[in-house]
Amino acid sequence: MSNGVGSPTLLTGEAPVFDTSAFDSQPLFPSAVWHQSGGEQYTWTDIWLTNHIAMAIIGAVIVIGFWLIVSHNMKIVPSRRQWFGEYVYNIIRNGVGRSMIGDGYQRFVPWLLALFCFILVNNWFGEFFPFMFPTFAKIGFAWGLALMTWLLYNYVGIRRNGFGHYMKKMTIPAGVPKPLLLLVTPLEFISNFLTRPITLGIRLFANLFAGHLMVLIFVVGGTYLLTYTDNLPYNLAGGASLLMSFFIFALELLVGFLQAYVFTVLTAQYVSSALSDEH
Amino acid sequence: MTLLEASGPLGPLLPAHLSEFVVGIVLFIVIIVVMRKVIVPRFETMYSRRIDEIRGGMDRAEKAQAAAKAALEKYQGQLANVSSEAASIRDQAKADGLQIQAQLRDAAQTEANRIVDSGRNQIAAERTHALEGLRKDVGAMATALAGRIVGQTLDDDARVNQTVDNFIKSISDDTKAGAIRSSTNSSTK
Repeated sequence: MSNGVGSPTLLTGEAPVFDTSAFDSQPLFPSAVWHQSGGEQYTWTDIWLTNHIAMAIIGAVIVIGFWLIVSHNMKIVPSRRQWFGEYVYNIIRNGVGRSMIGDGYQRFVPWLLALFCFILVNNWFGEFFPFMFPTFAKIGFAWGLALMTWLLYNYVGIRRNGFGHYMKKMTIPAGVPKPLLLLVTPLEFISNFLTRPITLGIRLFANLFAGHLMVLIFVVGGTYLLTYTDNLPYNLAGGASLLMSFFIFALELLVGFLQAYVFTVLTAQYVSSALSDEH
Repeated sequence: MTLLEASGPLGPLLPAHLSEFVVGIVLFIVIIVVMRKVIVPRFETMYSRRIDEIRGGMDRAEKAQAAAKAALEKYQGQLANVSSEAASIRDQAKADGLQIQAQLRDAAQTEANRIVDSGRNQIAAERTHALEGLRKDVGAMATALAGRIVGQTLDDDARVNQTVDNFIKSISDDTKAGAIRSSTNSSTK
């Protein structure tokens, strides 16, 4: 799906033109209108059914399918399939939910589990065929999840404490001298209500975006150098670059997992702080 | 909104399409709903069943242990009862034996006394009988002796003495024979 990358002009020695079209969404089924107008006009399917949206949908189907399969016909003594499901489930349920939120964590387990799995699968799309593109390198998806987390922790915080008390708790830390509050309160407000969702979204997006860019550079650049005519050092460097890309792929697998986990842990952390009695 | 990369002041930080943002949220909500309605209840139900099972297993084991202990105590108690019972039965038997021995001894003594008494009575009866017989005989013998003495000459002292001696001797012989027959002391004088 990441077609048209760079399109290095082989055999000419011209520097490749590296554009960002690899990250562009394309209509999955380009309409006649879109084609005729040279991509300037579109029908609703051109926007609502792009390649990346299709990936996100497939990712969701994979997540739901996985959990339906591993949780099918559960036994007290688990099968290998169920054991694997329990293993993943417990990472989120106990490792994130129970240890971060504490009492009453059960009600957030579906949310955290959905968050973690949805991000993880879409991140790993970047390393696997047929997509070879991490969905969250499109920032729209990352903003969506960040907004959901923001809504979640503010909602539960307000429900638990009441709006006034919640705002007070989130902006006026206990034990701060009154004059300092002039400084601290705006900072706390920015930190708790603006920075949190923005960093969540950007962290996820930027990691995946940069990771995919790295892969592109090593693969495309390596291919370009490897196929460069009559220049052995270029060719060697290109080979090395392609070999290096495998390492980058492995790294991206780790980053994909880590970002999914971090997003989930931070969501749990925010919920926990919104629910806590003391700031 | 264009289909190409957004190039506003935010650069790539602005979504290329609002559709990504919306679809991302919708898909996420769909997954949450499935998790909440299906997946998590399945896991939690199974977990609580597993906990019940483990707890139930422990309870059952505890119950079995208690039952085994009770049975052990019961059998030990029974064993103690049995041995004390055996001891009491032994004592009883010993007492019974002694009693039976005493009874038998008494019975034997009584029987012996009875036999002795009946023997004595018989002897006494025979003695009476012998005495009566002797009395009758003595009269007859005296008569016979007198007849014999009268039939001979009284001058001849030697003959008279001999006759008396013979008579006494014959009585004596009779007496001896009677003594053997009755197996008692001599009833003769």
